[in-house]
Amino acid sequence: MTNNLKPQRILKKPELLAPAGNLEKLQFAINYGADAVYIGGQQFGLRAKAGNFTFEDMEEGVKFAHERGAKVYVATNIIAHNDDLEGLEDYLKKLYEIGIDAIIVADPAIIMTSKQIVPNLEVHLSTQMSITNWQSIKFWKEEGIERVVLAREVSIKEIKEIKENVDIEIEAFIHGAMCISYSGRCVLSNHMTSRDANRGGCAQSCRWSYDLFEDGIIEEEVTENKQDIPLFNEEDDPYTMSSKDLCMLENIPDMIEAGVDSLKIEGRMKSVHYVATVVNAYRHAIDAYMTDPENYKFDPAWIDEIQKASHRPLTRAFYYNHPTLEDQIYGKETRLRKFDFVGQVMSYDEETGLATIQQRNNFMVGQEVEFFGPNTKFTQVISYIEDEEGNKLDAARHPLQMVKVKVDQAVMTNDMMRKEN
Amino acid sequence: MMQETRHPELLVTAKDIEEIKQLIDAGADAINIGGEEYGLRMPGNFTLEMIGQATELAHSHGVKVYVSMNALLHNDHLHQLESYIKTLAEFKVDAIVYGDPAILLTASQLAPEIKLHWNTETTSTNYTTVNYWAKKGATRAVLARELSLEEVIDVKKHVQIEVQAQIHGLTCIFHSKRTLVSSYLDHITHQEEKKASKESNLFLREHKRPDEKYPVFEDIHGTHIMSNDEISMIEHLNLLIDAGIDSLKIEGLLLPTDYLVYLTKTYRQAIDLYLEKQEIPFNNEEIEKAQKNKRPLTTGFYFKEQIY
Repeated sequence: MTNNLKPQRILKKPELLAPAGNLEKLQFAINYGADAVYIGGQQFGLRAKAGNFTFEDMEEGVKFAHERGAKVYVATNIIAHNDDLEGLEDYLKKLYEIGIDAIIVADPAIIMTSKQIVPNLEVHLSTQMSITNWQSIKFWKEEGIERVVLAREVSIKEIKEIKENVDIEIEAFIHGAMCISYSGRCVLSNHMTSRDANRGGCAQSCRWSYDLFEDGIIEEEVTENKQDIPLFNEEDDPYTMSSKDLCMLENIPDMIEAGVDSLKIEGRMKSVHYVATVVNAYRHAIDAYMTDPENYKFDPAWIDEIQKASHRPLTRAFYYNHPTLEDQIYGKETRLRKFDFVGQVMSYDEETGLATIQQRNNFMVGQEVEFFGPNTKFTQVISYIEDEEGNKLDAARHPLQMVKVKVDQAVMTNDMMRKEN
Repeated sequence: MMQETRHPELLVTAKDIEEIKQLIDAGADAINIGGEEYGLRMPGNFTLEMIGQATELAHSHGVKVYVSMNALLHNDHLHQLESYIKTLAEFKVDAIVYGDPAILLTASQLAPEIKLHWNTETTSTNYTTVNYWAKKGATRAVLARELSLEEVIDVKKHVQIEVQAQIHGLTCIFHSKRTLVSSYLDHITHQEEKKASKESNLFLREHKRPDEKYPVFEDIHGTHIMSNDEISMIEHLNLLIDAGIDSLKIEGLLLPTDYLVYLTKTYRQAIDLYLEKQEIPFNNEEIEKAQKNKRPLTTGFYFKEQIY
């Protein structure tokens, strides 16, 4: 029997995994296209300032996610000191009862405890472990680990080798801010501010300004008038270690072809608008490629969308080449943000053409705004605003104020209204 | 009844064979060396041949040799791993210092007689994790420098394997795979000639901390930043010995040989005198006398509170 047809390629659709700093962000992330979200609880996580979920919020979040076929992972990725492990068993039992789909772990102490106490709770290894090779991953698979979040230093070529050598789920970052160190291997914050980076206290000392010197002391000959020799001139930028933000939006096919099972967006501290915008852009790219890989074409409108949320300049970090000065930020850091999130659609009345909108930032009659949602995208000039009592307004000035706005096209609950700044 | 105090090991890193000779004379019980490919931030780059010579020399004096293989390994590093470990086994090195489980797996299969010292640097922080690695075959845990003395002692109380703590020297506070110094030198364009190796003696000064100097260098594993201070536990050695800490390490990275030898002699005498007479007649002033660059001598995190 001859077969001239090329073998059918079977591509596995990867999961799109989004950060959710709180319940509202979880709902938006899922509504805007995330297949899974990761959150932090009130213990054992690394983002002390990220809002973080109470058990009640988690229950609600899990219910919301599961009803929509989405998963919820909880980051329990501290590098624990002896006393930090107190209460861990009860905490893990509670997460299991709530129906969390997996925990993300960086310390073998927590892996081991979890496997003993709640053996059916899936364990994912955190990027904090800086896992960089397939033999290490094979070891962890034999320990019962279901998924590994790779170190951000691993290239696409290396991901392929890992997938060829070990049958395990691989999660890799595709978007967001990055540690410039190997994660877990930086204690600048501990040494400079006594805040423990590996237990959620990171002061982001890597993004501070430094000067680079050559030490004037030559070991063998000590002279009294030794001097430190500056390697910079007055007009030079200070020495900084700030990475541009990762963005793999234009390279989604490569990530899928490499066999990555879960594509991860960074940012539990980021805004609802940021999460919704970034998730939605990646949702479009992944769906377009999976629908028709042969005829896939990157749509520049997706990257335009990303640019509308606050971000640093963008990089592909280690995926294709070893980073150089081009992948770093020198000089004054500029955050690029073209658009402000000004309102959230609460409901829409087809008969009157009025949308009920919760104000998130000032907007007024005569301004151009953009409506944006999983299935909505149009621009219009605001022609009419009224308050809840039906009084006509020239502007919505009060935070979280409920107003009605005349819209040119139909909108959906949870669509966003944004305005160029 | 007097409790018997066990004799702790005095462990010192070495950068070449000549230094090993001097450190053995100065009283080191064990020497830590390594090659750049598999070791992390070793003071000298030992080839396998040199490791063989060093082991022969050390063993002829009853001194142990621990070879560091604790780098963060990428796939490409795995190709030579088996032959490297087999050669270490032929040399009969006393232990391999590992961080990545790939090393643990390979070494325990190919050379089960070589002891395994677990060292993930900043992330070896609790006894539950030490016990986990003990179950996997580790015979020693090298503890993170960011632990308090109380935490170190608490680890010791809860584990069966050996515990190693640093008593002197600098410590690494940042490791990136990126070539951050070279990138910066490229960025400012007028320092093209400048190299960023250990021998270049570069350091960073944070704008709001003008008195602190953080040594920085690059090697094949990326960029490393070291602490501004030098840990010196000479005045508190009794606490570590009393707690039964099995190995006390002097980190020699970025320290000149004569100073390292002086430190080794001083700690040797301090340990011996304490065990004999329960007294340590040394303090930081003695160390400062031999110190050339006047780096601050501190107790690191042993007596410091951290917040998070």
